[in-house]
Amino acid sequence: MDAINLSHKDAAFTRAVATRSGQSVTACYQCGNCTAGCPAGFTYDMPVSQIMRGVQLGLKDQVLNAKSLWMCLSCSTCTLRCPNDIDVAGIMETLRHMAREQGQVSVPKVNKFWMSFLDTVRIFGRSYEIGVMALYMMRSLRVFTDVDLAPDALSKQKLGLMPHVTPNGGAEAVGRIMQRFKERADREGGAA
Amino acid sequence: MRIGVFICHCGSNIGGTVDCAKVAALAATFPDVVYATDPMYTCAEPGQAAIEEAIKNYQLDGVVVASCSPRMHEPTFRRTVERAGLNRYMFEMANIREHVSWIGKDIEANTNKAAELVKMAVAKLRNNKALHAASFDVNKKVLVIGGGVAGIQAALDCAEGGIPVVLVEREATIGGKMAKLDKTFPTVDCSACILGPKMVDVAQSPNITTYAYSEIESISGYVGNFTVTIRKKTTYVDWSKCTGCGACTEKCPSKKTPDAFNEVTGLTTAITIAFPQAIPKKAVINAQHCKKLLTGKCGVCAKTCPTGAINYEMKDELVTETVGAIVAATGYDLVDWTQYEQYGGGRYPDVITSLQYERLLSASGPTGGHIVRPSDGKEPKNVVFIQCVGSRDRSIGRPYCSGFCCMYTAKQAVLTKDHMPDSQSYVFYMDIRANGKLYDEFQRRAVEEYGTEYIRGRVSKIYPDGKGHLIVKGADTLLGQAVEVEADLVVLAVGVEAAKGAARLAEKLRISYDSYGFFMESHVKLKPVETNTAGVYLAGVCQGVKDIPASVAQGSAAAAKVLSLFSKDKLQSDPQISQVDIKRCIACGKCVQTCPFGAIELFDFRGQQKARVIETVCQGCGLCTATCPQGAIQLAHFTDNQILAEVDALCQC
Amino acid sequence: MSIVYYPGCSAAGTSSDYEKSTQAVCDALGMSFTPLPDWNCCGSTPAHATSTELSAALSVRNLDIAAKMGAEKVATPCPSCLSNLRLAKKRMEKPEFRARVDELLDEASSAELPQTYSVMQLIYEKYGSEFVAHRVQRPLKGLKVACYYGCLMSRPADIMADFGHPENPQVMESLLRACGAEVVEFPLKTECCGASHGIPERQLTANLSGKILETAQNMGIDALVAACPLCQMNLDLRQKQAGKAMGKEFALPVFYYTQMMGMAFGIKLSALGLNKLVVSPEPVLKKWQAALKEGVCE
Repeated sequence: MDAINLSHKDAAFTRAVATRSGQSVTACYQCGNCTAGCPAGFTYDMPVSQIMRGVQLGLKDQVLNAKSLWMCLSCSTCTLRCPNDIDVAGIMETLRHMAREQGQVSVPKVNKFWMSFLDTVRIFGRSYEIGVMALYMMRSLRVFTDVDLAPDALSKQKLGLMPHVTPNGGAEAVGRIMQRFKERADREGGAA
Repeated sequence: MRIGVFICHCGSNIGGTVDCAKVAALAATFPDVVYATDPMYTCAEPGQAAIEEAIKNYQLDGVVVASCSPRMHEPTFRRTVERAGLNRYMFEMANIREHVSWIGKDIEANTNKAAELVKMAVAKLRNNKALHAASFDVNKKVLVIGGGVAGIQAALDCAEGGIPVVLVEREATIGGKMAKLDKTFPTVDCSACILGPKMVDVAQSPNITTYAYSEIESISGYVGNFTVTIRKKTTYVDWSKCTGCGACTEKCPSKKTPDAFNEVTGLTTAITIAFPQAIPKKAVINAQHCKKLLTGKCGVCAKTCPTGAINYEMKDELVTETVGAIVAATGYDLVDWTQYEQYGGGRYPDVITSLQYERLLSASGPTGGHIVRPSDGKEPKNVVFIQCVGSRDRSIGRPYCSGFCCMYTAKQAVLTKDHMPDSQSYVFYMDIRANGKLYDEFQRRAVEEYGTEYIRGRVSKIYPDGKGHLIVKGADTLLGQAVEVEADLVVLAVGVEAAKGAARLAEKLRISYDSYGFFMESHVKLKPVETNTAGVYLAGVCQGVKDIPASVAQGSAAAAKVLSLFSKDKLQSDPQISQVDIKRCIACGKCVQTCPFGAIELFDFRGQQKARVIETVCQGCGLCTATCPQGAIQLAHFTDNQILAEVDALCQC
Repeated sequence: MSIVYYPGCSAAGTSSDYEKSTQAVCDALGMSFTPLPDWNCCGSTPAHATSTELSAALSVRNLDIAAKMGAEKVATPCPSCLSNLRLAKKRMEKPEFRARVDELLDEASSAELPQTYSVMQLIYEKYGSEFVAHRVQRPLKGLKVACYYGCLMSRPADIMADFGHPENPQVMESLLRACGAEVVEFPLKTECCGASHGIPERQLTANLSGKILETAQNMGIDALVAACPLCQMNLDLRQKQAGKAMGKEFALPVFYYTQMMGMAFGIKLSALGLNKLVVSPEPVLKKWQAALKEGVCE
């Protein structure tokens, strides 16, 4: 491991995270409570307390490339138990947004699943489980995803076979929201 | 009038951003100023000598020093001018450091502002009058509030110095928190063995009167002459007859009374003597659990008592004491840790506080010094200690470090291994704060010789796994990983806060307290024992977290302050107090209502109601002068004329 | 003064049994809702993980329609929808944020948006456990259950402060105790089940749900009771996956709290969608019915 040259730290990154999340990054004293309570932590490549440290030190690339950002479950246990009242989950969310804007998505399959979900919402106004699965399998080429659940899911009629569409032009209205969002994100230079 | 002005450079503190020579040159042009100069260090010996010399050489009758905050050096310079024969109130100070040089870098603006402040000081000085202090008698008797180790030390030192002491303790026995401890760090000597003799000394000292199971009802008066009302709470036992034989406690049938002295780790009887070495060793009935008091049926203790000391009809009693000084040593309580729902919120019997653990370790505790799990009485194998529970936690409004938890946790880990050689202790910590004498060495011994596993990280959650263990979910931040321990017993190093009722007592004492209830010292570094109320001193944790050695030291320091106060037969009152112009007074009584010290009273003056100031009580705060609709009250040294002269001077700048 | 009902997407798919039983229980209590026919998906995690503004826009469209219908409150059975709808309302209090969100909508949103509540909170606050107990016809005798809230019923703490302690809510416990069940305190009641990572990151969800099921099973309960469609699916449909992850075989039925309440209210079991539970509820039902019979004999 090379030494990190702290004199070249990206102070603008630290400031941007603080501003966008509305959180005081310096308030973190590295007690590790967020790491201790994080349910998804065992899948992380960088524990959440170290992500906080990376943000403090302006280690932009290391932080935005962390797989942890995409494994985070948004359960906000970290926020709840932070002794310094930092919304750690909010910072993780901000980092996800920043990573996506820079095209750094380190766990593509999670993102593919989310995009598939949003695709069905864009078309129907509501999510459509079989549609999400089909899109996700296409995107990720993981055609056997959860195939072991199919017998139970089908026999118990867990999955609606037909999509539910928001009536009275609602689906179209949702489509327009998503369209405006995409256009604005493109205009402002972020990847949607 | 002939005024001399001294513009201090304070090295580069002021000289760096203020043109002092220019300020002195400008000052020389102000009315009545006959001499102005700019010394390097005015407070140093040559600086003070120069003032004395100037007073003589230029026949000065007033001096202005422009330097630092008057908080520190106004008394210094007042003594200087006094040595040269001036009245100490013919002196004014302009603060051109905290108010000018330290807060701005613009030399020109700073220089102008400094000159303006000097001009104001000169204008005020031209209106000053010589003031003279009155003197009054001192009642050489001291009240010590709180009988923990700090209060005990203060009481013993005062008594040793020949001063009568009134010691008031809220609980039934003195000894405080230290009496509950098993051993003490870093020497691991028995707490009762080193505190016990001091407690006995208190009992045996002819100079100490102890009121245990008593609280302060009210305090009036002023330094040298306080009047204190003490509420002796109902014990239902006539202590003048009680011999402490304990026969009543053996016979009492209410054996399921929570044992407060043992931090409710065990049960006791409704009539108890707190512990074998209690001082005073007297019985008290817990009214909430006494069958006789609850139902009228029982009376076993009364039948048992060989001296007939039991009195179910007893009521609270008020007694009055007069003293000349007060030492507050009210100690602390633990933060209510049950707000940590993630640690079970008090629902898991095997999650206990470190103070409860002390009682389990103690030979005089409910288990006779045998460590067992409260849930099933079994000896634990894995013991987990969690530090900083209720400390350094902004989310519950307790951002401060409780100071001694690192050390007692290390001590408890060592004792755990001593008691149970097969056990394994784990300590979750954030930082080890071991900065006392022999402290760090002790903590290292806990790791190196006793095999305590120290893990750097907070604990997120404790939960029962349903199989008899508690799962402690923490992190090892040095490893960068979450960790879990299957614990049999979890000990929380719960943080401290000011004792319950501290704020109310502070109001009775008319002293300040911080947002956590700790009493405010007069100066955080240089007057850590004094308060802003003359004659009231602090000792122990009531002023801020500290361990036993520091509490004892402060107890002695408070005693030294009392002894030095009492070394004089008479005290001088501050002449900067309010005076009523009775010609203008209409006896509206607004000043009487507004005075926070009760220093103004109405009296009959030739058949008319008028207000008057009780000189020794007035603290010179000036509230009355601002309140009086007639402008009939003037505060000496801060009269309307003096303040308006300053305002005038400023407006002309 | 109406309460507008927002079912959420899973009501029509994976958790139609939750929807059915919720309606049945509310009918039985006499709580009526105004439907929101044009509702759209709140965007769930995929939306807020993409953009706070997009997430808010999707939620606000619903809140705005409800506001225009004169809704005083919005009710939803789904904690994830609840969290998104509440967060959106809170964030819209900031004018700059509101302007950014309004830009995405067809028209600017109403100045006053209604607050959203879980159906559970509304039942508890409107009727209380005493009334619920009064309504019970077939008490859940002999059933030992644990309540599982998941992450979002009580969190984020600042927006769910009116629901009780975020680490230890007690509403579901009160309701089920009122229904006659023996409710044990479940220490993992607000720990995360793995949420929507079940599909892309099966191992993550299997592990987390596995820990919850293991601790629950250790407590010797007959059933776990959930309040979130996603949690219920992870703990029930994915119970085998969770078992594999822990090297254990679980057989712990996972009910919705509304199914349990419906049982106690004497609602026909077919109207509660019990047939959709993957882990068979039969042992629970048998135990319950036996206990009820015993009661009759006594």
